Amino acid sequence: MSVDSDENLESQIAEWRAYVRKRRTLHQPDADELEDHLRGRIADLTAAGLRPDEAFLIAVKRMGSLDELSREFAREHSDRLWKQLVLTGDDGAAATGGDRRDLKVMIACAAAAALAIKVPNLLGVSIDDSAFYLRNFSLFALVPLLVYFAWRRQLKPAMIAVLVALFGVGAVAINAYPMDDAEAHTLVLAAIHLPLALWLVVGVAYAGGQWRSQQRRMDFIRFTGEWLIYFALLGLGGGVLLGIIGGTFNAIGLDPEQVISEWLLPCGAAAAVVVAAWLVEAKQSVIENMAPVLTKVFTPLFTATLLTLLGAIIVASNGIDVDRDVLILFDLLLVVVLGLVLYSVSARDAAARPGLFDKLQLALVVSALLVDVLVLAAILTRITEFGFTANKTAALGENLILLANLGWSAWLLLGFLRGRRAFGVLERWQTRYLLVYAAWAWIVVLVFPPLFDFV
Amino acid sequence: MHITKDLVAASATPLVLGILAEGQSYGYAILKQVNDLSGGHLEWTDGLLYPLLHRLERLGHVQSSWDSPPGGRRRKYYQITDQGRAELAEQRAQWAAVVETLRGVWNAGAAPLRPITAPGWGMA
Repeated sequence: MSVDSDENLESQIAEWRAYVRKRRTLHQPDADELEDHLRGRIADLTAAGLRPDEAFLIAVKRMGSLDELSREFAREHSDRLWKQLVLTGDDGAAATGGDRRDLKVMIACAAAAALAIKVPNLLGVSIDDSAFYLRNFSLFALVPLLVYFAWRRQLKPAMIAVLVALFGVGAVAINAYPMDDAEAHTLVLAAIHLPLALWLVVGVAYAGGQWRSQQRRMDFIRFTGEWLIYFALLGLGGGVLLGIIGGTFNAIGLDPEQVISEWLLPCGAAAAVVVAAWLVEAKQSVIENMAPVLTKVFTPLFTATLLTLLGAIIVASNGIDVDRDVLILFDLLLVVVLGLVLYSVSARDAAARPGLFDKLQLALVVSALLVDVLVLAAILTRITEFGFTANKTAALGENLILLANLGWSAWLLLGFLRGRRAFGVLERWQTRYLLVYAAWAWIVVLVFPPLFDFV
Repeated sequence: MHITKDLVAASATPLVLGILAEGQSYGYAILKQVNDLSGGHLEWTDGLLYPLLHRLERLGHVQSSWDSPPGGRRRKYYQITDQGRAELAEQRAQWAAVVETLRGVWNAGAAPLRPITAPGWGMA
């Protein structure tokens, strides 16, 4: 083989590689792997008597078309697909027209959410009538969101009927149960859990009805995290806007307070639910890099906080003084830890080797578990002392659910760190567990009020 | 003889797992082995082996590691895991059942054809 043809072959391979690297679903290691394959094939063909350039052509042909290849890679690595998500409609040509229609539908849904929250108010229900709005605020915001996803994913009528029926059950239950007092614990609990239950129903729509698919569920978890980020950003921007409005109108002698609290705030919040969802859909690649950064920043910080807390409990040798508020605070802590775990699981490349960050995550989960065991002990003593109430039962149930999730996550993480298990197992555990949250949320909404006599 | 796409796709996982059960290997070698074993009848598009290998890795059936010899080009090797062996055994049992059923049908076909009645569908 001459030096010339060798050089020629190298430049051809380099060119092919450049084409491969242009595909966003094919990453550097994949290109290395494919190139190794290509070279193996070329070596065999030249050994059989072909000239290098002929061998190159045949090897490339046998590799298959890059379109097909990148589609298969995208299907397997849906976390990469996420960047250019095309759950409906594969063709890029219709993208611009589709984008504009999407924008219109989004604006219509956001406007519907903003109006819906004002309609009862205009019909005479005071916006301070917290019992009514406490029951229904999630419906006002999430129904338009459901409509938006039903349209965007082009759901089948049967699927839409099921989702609407679930929303109906939630709406009827929370409004028909005779909890008149806005302070009733079961009402507050149901009002907190109904959004969660309905959010997961929206998730079914988000997944285009394929709620059984573990990958679609993981997509929904990602969506939820990024939605939270966008919602918080919109909230911050809205806060600045309201502050400026308040200040400037006061300066010219008008009091905008009523307009702000009765119009801008509720309508803006309801519309932001839809707008945030649209932003996540439309701007995926922008925010994508934020998820890993946020988890990387906060995982060590929360681990340090929890370890300090544990140390303080041991040094002070006080048990946890369980007030009701404190119990909720600890539940919240576990939710945050779980959120961090979920978020980093969803952002992580499942094929990457275990690293320092995974160890850190295990430390976070274990320290959260230890704190939780202390809290659980406190709750149990309180329950044996004072008996079951709605609040304590809910706190206990949530604690047990989170404990089971984090405990098993810790076990799976340990197995992963020791090279016994693939990371995907942890992913599947988390996506399967979504059903538990859904079941629990519906229990609190539907079963708790009659169980605790609507108090 | 050309084997249809569906059959190729269905047999891909047990084939790859079966080859890896013999020892660790890398993409091109696996492909060549499939080719040799099938006498050239099973034709895969080369590139599509890799998404399959990555899926098996995500599911925990195989593990991969990069081997970079000094001065050489790095290469990705795949190894079967215990879970992969269990999966292979499971798939083997399923394929055995399919082959067994088909054999029953072929043998029945060799004898004079008799009408198939609904309850007879169960077993040969």
